[in-house]
Amino acid sequence: MAAYLLKRVGLSIVTLFLLSIVVFYAGQVLPGDPGRFILGPLAAHSAVLTLDRQLGVERPLVDQYWTWISGFVHGNMGTSYEYQAPVEPYITSAAVQSLKLASVAFVIVVPLSILGGVVAALKAGGPIDRIISIGGLSGSTLPEFVSGIILLEIFAVAFHVLPATATSPMGSSVVTQLDHLILPAIPLVLVLFGYVSRMARAGTIEALASDYARTAALKGLRRSVVIRRHVLRNALLPTITVIATQMGYLIGGLVVVETLFNYQGIGSLVLGAVNSKDFPMLEAGVLLIGVVYMLATLLADISYSLLNPRIRLGGGE
Amino acid sequence: MIPGRLSDTVGVIPPTEMRVLEAAGPKSPRTVSQQLLRSPTFLIGAAIVVFWIVCAVFGNSFAPHNPLAQQLLATNATLSGAHLFGTDQLGRDVLSRVIVGAHNILVIAPMATLLGTALGTALGLVMGYFGGTVDAVVGRLVETVLALPVIIVAVLFVRALGPSIPTLVVVIGFVFAPLIARTVRAAVLVERDLDYVAAAHLRGDKAPHIMFVEILPNVLPPILVEFTVRIGYAIFTVATLSFLGLGPPPPTPDWGADIAANYSVISAGYWWETLFPALAIASLVVAVNLIADGVESVLAQ
Repeated sequence: MAAYLLKRVGLSIVTLFLLSIVVFYAGQVLPGDPGRFILGPLAAHSAVLTLDRQLGVERPLVDQYWTWISGFVHGNMGTSYEYQAPVEPYITSAAVQSLKLASVAFVIVVPLSILGGVVAALKAGGPIDRIISIGGLSGSTLPEFVSGIILLEIFAVAFHVLPATATSPMGSSVVTQLDHLILPAIPLVLVLFGYVSRMARAGTIEALASDYARTAALKGLRRSVVIRRHVLRNALLPTITVIATQMGYLIGGLVVVETLFNYQGIGSLVLGAVNSKDFPMLEAGVLLIGVVYMLATLLADISYSLLNPRIRLGGGE
Repeated sequence: MIPGRLSDTVGVIPPTEMRVLEAAGPKSPRTVSQQLLRSPTFLIGAAIVVFWIVCAVFGNSFAPHNPLAQQLLATNATLSGAHLFGTDQLGRDVLSRVIVGAHNILVIAPMATLLGTALGTALGLVMGYFGGTVDAVVGRLVETVLALPVIIVAVLFVRALGPSIPTLVVVIGFVFAPLIARTVRAAVLVERDLDYVAAAHLRGDKAPHIMFVEILPNVLPPILVEFTVRIGYAIFTVATLSFLGLGPPPPTPDWGADIAANYSVISAGYWWETLFPALAIASLVVAVNLIADGVESVLAQ
């Protein structure tokens, strides 16, 4: 087990290192000149060159990468070109905003999709199962802005039951903030539902067909007791760990939802940085996303292996 | 990769891997198509897709108005006999733009998926067949690409290369390749140890021959399922990139871009300018999923 953990963490660090290189060079391929961007189209050519030299963008890329990554490790994410201020406060506040929105989405989707998956499994092959499966899959490939627009027109414009923007006024109560976040969270919920409910369904079907479920039924336990006490417990643990692997998708979804609902989270921050060629902001944002995703996957893998004795005890492929 | 790792079987992007596990065994193309034609989900999905393909190809000849024509005296006009779906902020006919707007997405999504499937299949065959160091190195690179959300990678590269139809095809194709490679690799790992591969080795066949002539036909069913499911995600990605302002440049009608251009006036009550393109995307996505569901259940039987 220790060897597995060590190997797993080691591989994550390698991937993280590769990721930091990819992120850094991806930032460099964006067309345009940072000095020109900061000073504007009317600035003198010599001024642009001087600023470029001050920013260090003329140095060899390997050099620049080293400065950037060593600063990052020490908690210095660089200075935003666009705001002429340290990147950290922007990243932190955006991350907190995104975390709020993502949490609302998770709190809704987890119970809902587990319920959906279990119901589908208990009615496997029937019409309810088909509706949940095809509906879930369609929901998961419906772009967030499409479901977002449709929901917005129904709940915010036609019936005025929910606010149309995600951002609540400064100093709003938790309830008001929640009220603003429900509508933006639903497109994310729709995408996640199809996937998580599918996992819950597969887990439940496997547990239903298992020896211990049959033994429990043969012992004379009622079906509802068998399902509650034996099937659900075994079906849900893997499902819960699977949810952590959905972090990567979720952050991608945030880019769209935050744009649509005009919300200052990490997704709209990164998109804004791409459009304004604000390298330091872009690189910090994307690397943060990569780190969060990697940690989530790592946690999911580790908890899954703890739950699964075949891996814990070092079984082969 | 470590045996039994969760993320080997369950991906960043939802359910394909799970579906692929269910597909098994080669079948003659003839039985497959016969069974497909008896599947109601497949037929309904195919009918909707054919409808949009007709719009994409011939839309310009039967759209009621020129989708680019601006009537600045009739902007934001509500639904009427002359404009069944109303007009947008520039007075352009929304119905005509929805009809002609099918073109972009129906060109980009299938071509990108085709490119991604070809690349991913080649990559997956190499990883699965050679194993060892090749697998470990390529696997690490694949993991790195998958460590970032598809949309963020696509946004970066489309912005860098400049938005156009070829750029979108190439970028989405490259982003999808690792996902497909992972599925193909898993299927190849099963085939690699079978007798026919050993026999080909003994005959002295070269590695490319074994990979592409011997193994490839046997892993086609999961690749086909992956392809149909992936088209759904390609539509998702193309539409989203257009919405984020990274689609083919305006004024060409485009569902995602039209929604982006007009969503600021929803609160003013002009709902038709965004609702109809949104419903068009939704219908296409659902149709592709119905087809994928049909293909999957036929191949899995």
